[in-house]
Amino acid sequence: MTDILLEISDLVIEYHTDDAVIHALNGINLTIKQGETIGLVGETGAGKTTIARSIMRILQTPPAKFCSGKIVFQDQDIMALSEKEMRKIRGNKIAMIFQDPMTALNPVHRIGDQITEAVGLHNHVSRAEAQIRAGKMLEMVGIPASRFKEYPHQFSGGMKQRVVIAMALACNPILLLADEPTTALDVTIQAQVLEMMRELKERLGTSVVMITHDLGIVAQTCNSVAVIYAGEIVEYGTAEHIFDYPSHPYTIGLFNSLPKLGSRERRLKPIKGLMPDPTNLPTGCKFYDRCPDATKACSLCSPDIIEISPGHSVKCIMREVSS
Amino acid sequence: MSALLEVRNLKKYFKTGGAWLHAVDGINFTLNEGKTLGVVGESGCGKTTLGRVILHLLEPTDGQVIFDGKDWTNPKKTELAKMREEMQIIFQDPYASLNPRMSVSEIIMEPLILQGKLSKAQIREETVRLMDTVGLAVRFGNAYPHELDGGRRQRIGVARALALNPKFIVCDEPVSALDVSIQAQIINLLLDLQEEYGLAYMFVTHDLSVVNYISDDIMVMYLGQAVEKAPAEELFDRPLHPYTKALLSAIPIPDIHNQTKRIIMQGEITSPINPKPGCRFMDRCQYISPECANPQTLEEPSPNHFVACCRSNIINT
Repeated sequence: MTDILLEISDLVIEYHTDDAVIHALNGINLTIKQGETIGLVGETGAGKTTIARSIMRILQTPPAKFCSGKIVFQDQDIMALSEKEMRKIRGNKIAMIFQDPMTALNPVHRIGDQITEAVGLHNHVSRAEAQIRAGKMLEMVGIPASRFKEYPHQFSGGMKQRVVIAMALACNPILLLADEPTTALDVTIQAQVLEMMRELKERLGTSVVMITHDLGIVAQTCNSVAVIYAGEIVEYGTAEHIFDYPSHPYTIGLFNSLPKLGSRERRLKPIKGLMPDPTNLPTGCKFYDRCPDATKACSLCSPDIIEISPGHSVKCIMREVSS
Repeated sequence: MSALLEVRNLKKYFKTGGAWLHAVDGINFTLNEGKTLGVVGESGCGKTTLGRVILHLLEPTDGQVIFDGKDWTNPKKTELAKMREEMQIIFQDPYASLNPRMSVSEIIMEPLILQGKLSKAQIREETVRLMDTVGLAVRFGNAYPHELDGGRRQRIGVARALALNPKFIVCDEPVSALDVSIQAQIINLLLDLQEEYGLAYMFVTHDLSVVNYISDDIMVMYLGQAVEKAPAEELFDRPLHPYTKALLSAIPIPDIHNQTKRIIMQGEITSPINPKPGCRFMDRCQYISPECANPQTLEEPSPNHFVACCRSNIINT
């Protein structure tokens, strides 16, 4: 099929430290289609950021160790590319917005120069032309080009995140990895940034991987959703499927633990317990300890991910039986 | 019922260079025993400073804090210790607010040691009881904070705040550093403790869905001032101030079929340094008129619902 932009198959990544091996990703399969926004949802430490960083190939090795699997981007295996070839893709065809705008920018360079650098690296243009394009990018994200020569500390958090977005979009990437792009921002500014990202995406036709733990943002921006738990995708489907028929007990638990606006129930329904220690993962289903529907069989072997309806897959033995 | 805590025209200005930063600028509220006041606003609106001034972690510039009938605005040193027994705080960041070189039980028993009323054996007993109350297994007593996850660390913070049996706790964004599934555990814990001990909370947060859930009354702050104050349900059903409306509409709702029109505000929070006398939200407001340049006062258009907007009557009909 031609409309598949990126295909991750059976990706396994570990972090090796002095005294333990952390199983960060345990066999991730994921396809990203042209022009879609896919949400990666999960708790801290579930492996969301590791997925994004391995697509960009900016995981530090060691401690990270790429054990097996493939990431194919536009018919090229990213893992097999040389660093020189990868540099042509990174920041050009695939760009990333980092979580923390306060640390993603270089404090001693003017913001305009930082964007110009990105443009100049990937395009054969003169410096003057690169500066013009950088100025245009700034205006596109709503920052007057007159602030081109200012330093990051002169901007507020929301504005810095716009600069980061402008830099990421400067080379018209085909794939944008947004790692919690609005977590550090206030809700009103978050609404502005999300609205801006939506407009830009429509205009440029970029595919977006939206990493977030906020299901509200997913509902607002994503076409499809992958729920990640302990380094595995436990549920995948279109946003409609996930929100209307959440099927994995973890996904259901996530929805239940949200305080609902307008509801005046006196108690929230949290998921009991904690995510398993990634250095010592259980053999069976990784959600076994916290699952309200767990049976003996769940602790014995890890369930396969199966399709319960077209385009909606779940990794749960109970759903296997019922379907 | 008489108020447990009364805050009158409280102000805190910080000197920056030659100018004054108006962090908290004339806040009034009362809080009854066993109730929760939610304080919401964007970063930089002064909500954290307000909590700290009430607890006298920062000295107020002007105004009064009256707790249990006593004026505790400028307590003497001896009074301050007494005051700390009654009023406590849970901090935002469970990673930064615990001393990494103290074990869990040492952190929890420290207020009891400082208080000096109990014997060593009693303190140990009390520490175990506190850990049990907040749902920390006793085996973690000798662990250090870095060995625990965020949720458990925040439980230490809660246990420490409870140690002296306070009547009032400032919860300064206690769950914003936690994952949703853990966040729900801590909120339930806070609600249980409130029921059991009749605690009053001032719950400071920027997360509106959490504040709606936990609060009896909500105060919306903007640049150091209260722009709206109402019972939680009333505020969510019938927001009157343009800022509250924009804030509520900006919350991403976890519902795919939600079709509410979002109000996208222009611009960002303006500088709190030497603010102009008029409405501070003026520059971002879509209903701006010449009257907005005059100072705004909190009016009470319906019982217990206060709003500081001169155009509130016009825009809400």
